[in-house]
Amino acid sequence: MLCLLGMKDFLRNTEHLSRVVLLLVVGLIAFLLVRRAVVPAEFGKWGHYRPASLDDVRARPIKFAGREACEACHSDQVEAKSKGKHVNVGCEACHGPLAKHAEDPSAVVPQLPDTAILCARCHEANSAKPKGFPQVITAEHSAGLPCNTCHKPHNPKIVSEN
Amino acid sequence: MEMNRREMIADTGKYILMTGAAAIAWEYVLAGKAEASPNYDVTKHWWAMIIDVDKCIGCGNCVRACATENDVPEGYFRTWVERYHIEDWKSENPEVDSPNGGFDGFPDKHQGGKNFFIPKLCNHCADSPCVQVCPVGATFRTPDGVVLVDEKYCLGCRYCIQACPYGCRFLNPKKNTADKCTLCYHRITQGLTTACCESCPTSARVLADLKNPKDPVHEFLRTHNVQVLKPHMATGAKVFYKNLDGAVR
Amino acid sequence: MHGVEGYIYPNELELQWSVLVVLYPYITGLVAGAFILASLERVFKVDAVKPTYRLALLVALAFLLVAPLPLQMHLGHPERSFEMYLTPHKSSAMAMFGFVYLWYLMIVLLMEIWLEYRKDIVQWSQSGAGFKRLIYKVLTLGSKNISPGALKVDDKVGWFITLIGIPSAFLLHGYVGFIFGSVKANPWWSTPLMPVVFIFSAMVSGIAAVLLLYMLTSKLKKMVIDMRCVDKIAQYLLYAFIIDFSLEMLDLIHRIYEADESLNALDFMVHTRLFFSQVILQIGLGTLVPIALLGLVQMVKFSEVVRKRIYVFAGSLTMISILAMRWNVVIGGQLFSKSFLGYTSYKMEFATREGLLPAVALVLLPFAILWILVKLLPPWPKTEAAA
Repeated sequence: MLCLLGMKDFLRNTEHLSRVVLLLVVGLIAFLLVRRAVVPAEFGKWGHYRPASLDDVRARPIKFAGREACEACHSDQVEAKSKGKHVNVGCEACHGPLAKHAEDPSAVVPQLPDTAILCARCHEANSAKPKGFPQVITAEHSAGLPCNTCHKPHNPKIVSEN
Repeated sequence: MEMNRREMIADTGKYILMTGAAAIAWEYVLAGKAEASPNYDVTKHWWAMIIDVDKCIGCGNCVRACATENDVPEGYFRTWVERYHIEDWKSENPEVDSPNGGFDGFPDKHQGGKNFFIPKLCNHCADSPCVQVCPVGATFRTPDGVVLVDEKYCLGCRYCIQACPYGCRFLNPKKNTADKCTLCYHRITQGLTTACCESCPTSARVLADLKNPKDPVHEFLRTHNVQVLKPHMATGAKVFYKNLDGAVR
Repeated sequence: MHGVEGYIYPNELELQWSVLVVLYPYITGLVAGAFILASLERVFKVDAVKPTYRLALLVALAFLLVAPLPLQMHLGHPERSFEMYLTPHKSSAMAMFGFVYLWYLMIVLLMEIWLEYRKDIVQWSQSGAGFKRLIYKVLTLGSKNISPGALKVDDKVGWFITLIGIPSAFLLHGYVGFIFGSVKANPWWSTPLMPVVFIFSAMVSGIAAVLLLYMLTSKLKKMVIDMRCVDKIAQYLLYAFIIDFSLEMLDLIHRIYEADESLNALDFMVHTRLFFSQVILQIGLGTLVPIALLGLVQMVKFSEVVRKRIYVFAGSLTMISILAMRWNVVIGGQLFSKSFLGYTSYKMEFATREGLLPAVALVLLPFAILWILVKLLPPWPKTEAAA
């Protein structure tokens, strides 16, 4: 009897606390509902991220077509390069990004690079370059003449004339 | 007339010269529908890169190609090239420079000592600290081993930039999200190589697929002295340098 | 390049975490420190500090409400910050911040303040008028039960909440230290001592803040400053400060003696770019001077006026010292390159999103909130408040 009375007292005196608990529970449930509604679809499928973001990254347009795309049409140049030291140099390493040209050859007509600038990027002498790499001091070597006066870029070795 | 002949070759020669997968992928490239590219299986690849230090000539082609391919904002770098200069035995105090990340190449500078170039990019770490610290899952490692940023989810808190030991990340000033090398994920998932590898004239960088048993990377790793950057960081870095000098950091 | 010395990686030119991120540990530290001081009275029954109990709680609340704002303003995409709650990344030291913060705000601080003030709130809701009365009415949550039995329950529950509040306060701020201390790429941050140093520096700054605010508000309200109370608080400030300083020196000596690959870079930095903020402000003026002054008070019998002046002076220096400490951690940790071969510098902007102006505003904002809180929930003892 006394115990029951104590229980009743206890309930009455903690009633205000139960209101706080109720508030917190309502807040928690609201949070969980919102969370369910707004977390991106499939989040966590492969790991802690949005799998769709892989597609977002992959959707980026391509600027460099890649050597295989160039070689598909320009077999004559592949042939010219095949015997020279530049055989392993990718086409777009010198000619620049040409995916648009590969896509529609008539839409973008690539400009030939200026060999006086282009060749020096790689072959200008620099103490930090690997020792075996062919290097020249262009000012002394060619006196300002464009490199393709003597060298053919696709096969740069000078074979004696005639 | 000439053009027509070329176009014809384009249609037939493409399929003869390109590998089957690359040729099909190329069609999707032209259609601009990367996500539809059907025969790429994320579970079949584990991407990495090998760098032959002895071949790098510091031309900056990779830096420029990366900036073009990925619209990297000026003054920020997804890849860059460093020049090291070491006097005799003083390998703990190398003199390093990287003017504009090597974008414009390197004017000749040092006489004497040991000098060489080191290309840098994201190491696409298997246990990446940047992925570990991202509070929301906006940066992650894909099932095929590439560390990417979800631009639509990144808060721009920059904790990942702090956590990267290699300085590979930056805050994209236009997007206000973390930015970094994607290993040209849009290219490699379509059978192409990265823009930096494509434009490297000396093949100092080569994309590698560690899950492909036929990839020459395995032979390369077996037969050379290979090192990753800051191995003590234990990040599982996947950019492997051949003959890397101990002074490089 | 301007402000750069030696070689830094090209992406390191920009500092990522600005002065706003300096404020974040500073403000959270004040919260934790003020709360720990308040809990002294409640849990450890230190009667002398009782006059500051309610004020300390309100100070903690005012600063806690502002604590996430500098982070929010610093984000590149503030509108996405709720993702921290939606998809928290379990392995990220930062991801739990939202939850730790909510726990501390909702469960610890608001509950404790509510229980402490409930009797007054119920009375004010019946006696007051207008808008203020409406607020009190809402705050009662519709319960008018302030019978002795109910108040006894409040007291017991309040005591229990303070009890879990102490580890929570340690968690709140130790956790902030962990965010920095766990970055292995950064040797200036990466040390297991970081969370501990953060906790003790938090106690130091929080105690000093409550001490100053108690003296200031008493002066403003023309109330007598309880000397027994401020003497006791100053004593605690001294003890906390000595521990804090010892830990920081331990960290420093350890670094110097261990002399690993980063030492040259860090040593150079402390002697140049951080010399003023670290050696002069933080260690010299901000730590040694207050410790000496507060120590002197323990040994020499000064008059009340002198003691009050010493407390104000030492307390103010302490506040500067801890701010300088946060600056040296956050900004200092970004001044050297992770190549350890060079240094960059921090150019603080002024009227930009992460500039000095919003930083100053964010420091003043807690005081504005405190002013409102004090109007709403007067922390003064009844007799004096009525007078």
